[in-house]
Amino acid sequence: MANRTLASRKQVVIAIFMAVGFIYLLRLFYIQLIDKSYTLSANNNVLRYVTQYPARGLIYDREGKLLVYNEAVYDLMVTPMQVKDIDTLEFCRLLEITKEGFIERMEKAMKYSRFKSSLFEKQISKETYGYLEEKMYRFSGFFVQPRTIRYYPKPMGAHLFGYVGEVTQAQIDKNPYYKSGDYIGISGIEKSYEEVLRGIKGMKIKMVDVHNREVGSFQEGRFDSAAIMGQDLYLSIDGDLQEYGEKLMTGKMGSVVAIEPSTGEILAFLSSPGYDPNLLVGRVRGKNFVRLSEDPVKPLLNRAMAGTYPPGSTYKMVNDLVGLQEGVLTLSTRYTCQGPSSSPIKCTHNHQSPLGVEVAIQQSCNPFHWQVFRSIVNSSQRGSLRENYVAWRNHVMSLGFGKKLGTDMQFELSGNIPSAEKYDAIYGKGHWNAMTIRSLSIGQGEILVTPLQLANYATTLANRGYYFTPHVVKAIGERTKPAKLYPKNIATIDKANFDIVVEGMRQVATLGTARWYQIDSVTMCGKTGTAENPHGKDHSLFIAFAPVENPKIAIAVIVENSGFGATWALPIASLMMEKYIKGYIKRTDVEERMISTKLF
Amino acid sequence: MVRERKNIFNNIDWTLVILYLVMILLGWINIYAAVYNEEYSSIVDMSQSYGKQLIWILTSLFIALVILLTDSRFFSTFAYIIYGLTILSLVVVLVAGSTVSGSKSWFQIGGFGLQPAEFAKFATNLALARFFSTQHINLKNLRNRLIPLMLMGFPALLILLQNDTGSALVYGSFILVLYRMGLSGNFLLAGALIVIIALSTLMVGTYYVMIFIIALALVMFFFIKRNRQNIFNLIGLLIIGLAFTYSVEYGVDHFLGEHQKTRINVLLGKELDLKGAGYNVNQSKIAIGSGGVFGKGFLNGTQTKYNFVPEQSTDFIFCTVGEEWGFAGTLVVVVLFITLLTRLIMLAERQRSDFSRVYGYGVAAILFFHFMINIGMTIGLVPVIGIPLPFFSYGGSSLWAFTILLFIFIKQDTNRNALL
Repeated sequence: MANRTLASRKQVVIAIFMAVGFIYLLRLFYIQLIDKSYTLSANNNVLRYVTQYPARGLIYDREGKLLVYNEAVYDLMVTPMQVKDIDTLEFCRLLEITKEGFIERMEKAMKYSRFKSSLFEKQISKETYGYLEEKMYRFSGFFVQPRTIRYYPKPMGAHLFGYVGEVTQAQIDKNPYYKSGDYIGISGIEKSYEEVLRGIKGMKIKMVDVHNREVGSFQEGRFDSAAIMGQDLYLSIDGDLQEYGEKLMTGKMGSVVAIEPSTGEILAFLSSPGYDPNLLVGRVRGKNFVRLSEDPVKPLLNRAMAGTYPPGSTYKMVNDLVGLQEGVLTLSTRYTCQGPSSSPIKCTHNHQSPLGVEVAIQQSCNPFHWQVFRSIVNSSQRGSLRENYVAWRNHVMSLGFGKKLGTDMQFELSGNIPSAEKYDAIYGKGHWNAMTIRSLSIGQGEILVTPLQLANYATTLANRGYYFTPHVVKAIGERTKPAKLYPKNIATIDKANFDIVVEGMRQVATLGTARWYQIDSVTMCGKTGTAENPHGKDHSLFIAFAPVENPKIAIAVIVENSGFGATWALPIASLMMEKYIKGYIKRTDVEERMISTKLF
Repeated sequence: MVRERKNIFNNIDWTLVILYLVMILLGWINIYAAVYNEEYSSIVDMSQSYGKQLIWILTSLFIALVILLTDSRFFSTFAYIIYGLTILSLVVVLVAGSTVSGSKSWFQIGGFGLQPAEFAKFATNLALARFFSTQHINLKNLRNRLIPLMLMGFPALLILLQNDTGSALVYGSFILVLYRMGLSGNFLLAGALIVIIALSTLMVGTYYVMIFIIALALVMFFFIKRNRQNIFNLIGLLIIGLAFTYSVEYGVDHFLGEHQKTRINVLLGKELDLKGAGYNVNQSKIAIGSGGVFGKGFLNGTQTKYNFVPEQSTDFIFCTVGEEWGFAGTLVVVVLFITLLTRLIMLAERQRSDFSRVYGYGVAAILFFHFMINIGMTIGLVPVIGIPLPFFSYGGSSLWAFTILLFIFIKQDTNRNALL
């Protein structure tokens, strides 16, 4: 009986076995089929998503000469979660960083994400890369990410190209394409053509073992995608002309912009003082950026588009054009000039009086242009003073002043052609008249223009009445494939009136201020300007185009605080045009003088 | 003799033998997958553990054959001597053995190591079976309780001295044998209660558990027949319960090593420690959990192959099963074990001799304990205790020992019809 009872205990024992087996199967069912977090963790363990960074597109000039290319560098990345049991001391020694530096970098990486990789040290040297590669398995959590950075064979065009830097958190939040550590164009062409230049990132999925050693690609690379290199840009810039311009402008503050009138293509675009664009690349960028931004001569400022100046006498043709168009000025109109005793604006030039529009341009006569301006604003047959002023302003703006031109570059300023409301605000409604705003007649006062606008104005004069929106990129991808069609902007002034003004400009170069700087066998049209400004000595300005019959180049030059327009801006513009049209420089003495003079 | 020998093969329980063969084959395949290495892709490459395991498997089969051909009375006759020799080897290994991963439990012979602790399991089982077969044992008798306890405790103590806690704990599994032989079921209950109280104390805190025990006692007080004896028992149980509860935390704090404490805390979810003790369990769960329904496929396991799971061919071999074969695979393995264990109990019950029956129960108890602890550990239900999964884990000593353990019983079973 006792044995029978004990024999029945086998059921208890078997029940225990079954119970444990059942509990285990339930648990296995749960972790294998229900809870998906384990699959995720397994992938995190073994899969490394290595971004394949495409090289940025290359940049060529209009002749197909390479201006910007890429060099390979290596970024050291870290995934904080996977960093364990590493020899920190040796690691620091290999990287030549301090222990504090290590901790600081780790904390920064942790702050970004414990699970995602981020930059630990950018652009490690090739030697360090060599050492690390060998010992990588001992530093779990770290890996090397090949990248490319910009390289500029010639130290020019800094403002034009702009620069590339790491994305900010704000940019990451705004655009999901970017991840921490990615590069993005920050200014210049790099910024405005970012989406074309950056290419498409690829992704390689690699498998690693517990020591972070690569053990192959995931599923034979089935889910990998290759990086697609950015598209190349072909600029309208003439590399040689750009380089020559920067050479001429050394030691001078200011800007040179040259445009091909028939297309609106920018041939040269420079702001001086510039800087070697190689300074804002890679590891040294941060340090150099601080240095450049603290420099009192503001090398980072793109004066060509973001610098605004009073146009001075270069502006005089604007009033002539408006006067001719509005009928208050004709070829036969004569105004008197009392020379230095003129009122309210005196004339410093010695010339005939009374005089017509062409001579007035050639002689840059202030009283003449004041009288033209007064006639425009005060002509009561046409309307009230205010209406006349608004009409004047509309004409001016049709020449590209007082507004952004809409180029394909970033950070363009619109300058200032004051509105009637603006004067209302300053003087009170009805309390201002032609006399109050007389400075406008000679390009002073509230008027501000950018060098780009001035060059565009020269273009409009060259074209006798229209301009194509100026731009720097000619073609994308292939040299022959036009990037974009730019609109033809037609001024509100007839061609016949332009012909009159252009004749005046031709006389400037043949008989007037520019006659000492004529280009051999090429007739140019130009106008100097000497702009008073609140920052010291007058700015030296010159606008021009050449040849007069079939203009190939229109140009604006500003040399800050250097005096007369004829002294600096004119010879520089003249040399630039000679270089572009002729391809060589005959007047080497002038060239030599321009290059060797340092004004600051 | 000739007739008898022929009978042996006729009487063999082929279910057990086939289960055994299937399990060692699956084990071998999974060891291959766990440490698979493209440079040594041949499964019989002797420089790799899967190649070595093949040697262990072949020698195990030879040992099995030898056991089947041995007179079944040999084992009962020499039980105590085998036991004695094993105890001796346990002592010798303490003095002259080599230390592998913290346990001084190995005899190093050439490139192969032997662990006497593995063999002590079947030897102790033999000794217990012998003890219960010699006379009609009444386990109510204190002396009859003490002797088996000493037979179990002696090797356990020596193994504990080798610093191999896991293997020592295996000897606790004989409580199932004692239960079958008449030990009161209250001991099993008490054992379960001790585990429950200990775990809940560590989880929710000493005072909550004490309050619960007092409340429970009060409730029982109103439900039991309130005679002197019952009240006396209740008060006694209450005091023991409270005292035990109180001592749990103290015991954990004072008697357990630091790593054992963390292992327990990890299990209870009180500590994460993903880089230390928690790392193994976490990685093991990740490997098994990422297997899904049908797994990642043979040799496609990433967690085990790339060493995220530690000891992936020995104590954590179940991870490879889980990762590469999915729930389908783990289901098969669990069912195989439960079938084997149930079959062992059924066969043990049909034995006429007490020796065979006790021995059969012992085999089941030892295998069950390994199964429960090993798989429970890989899925995070049991603290990490390093003992192998029978027939699956890589290792010569354990495979030999489990083969001997099982085949002695198969041999005894072939003789079940023999006259006593």
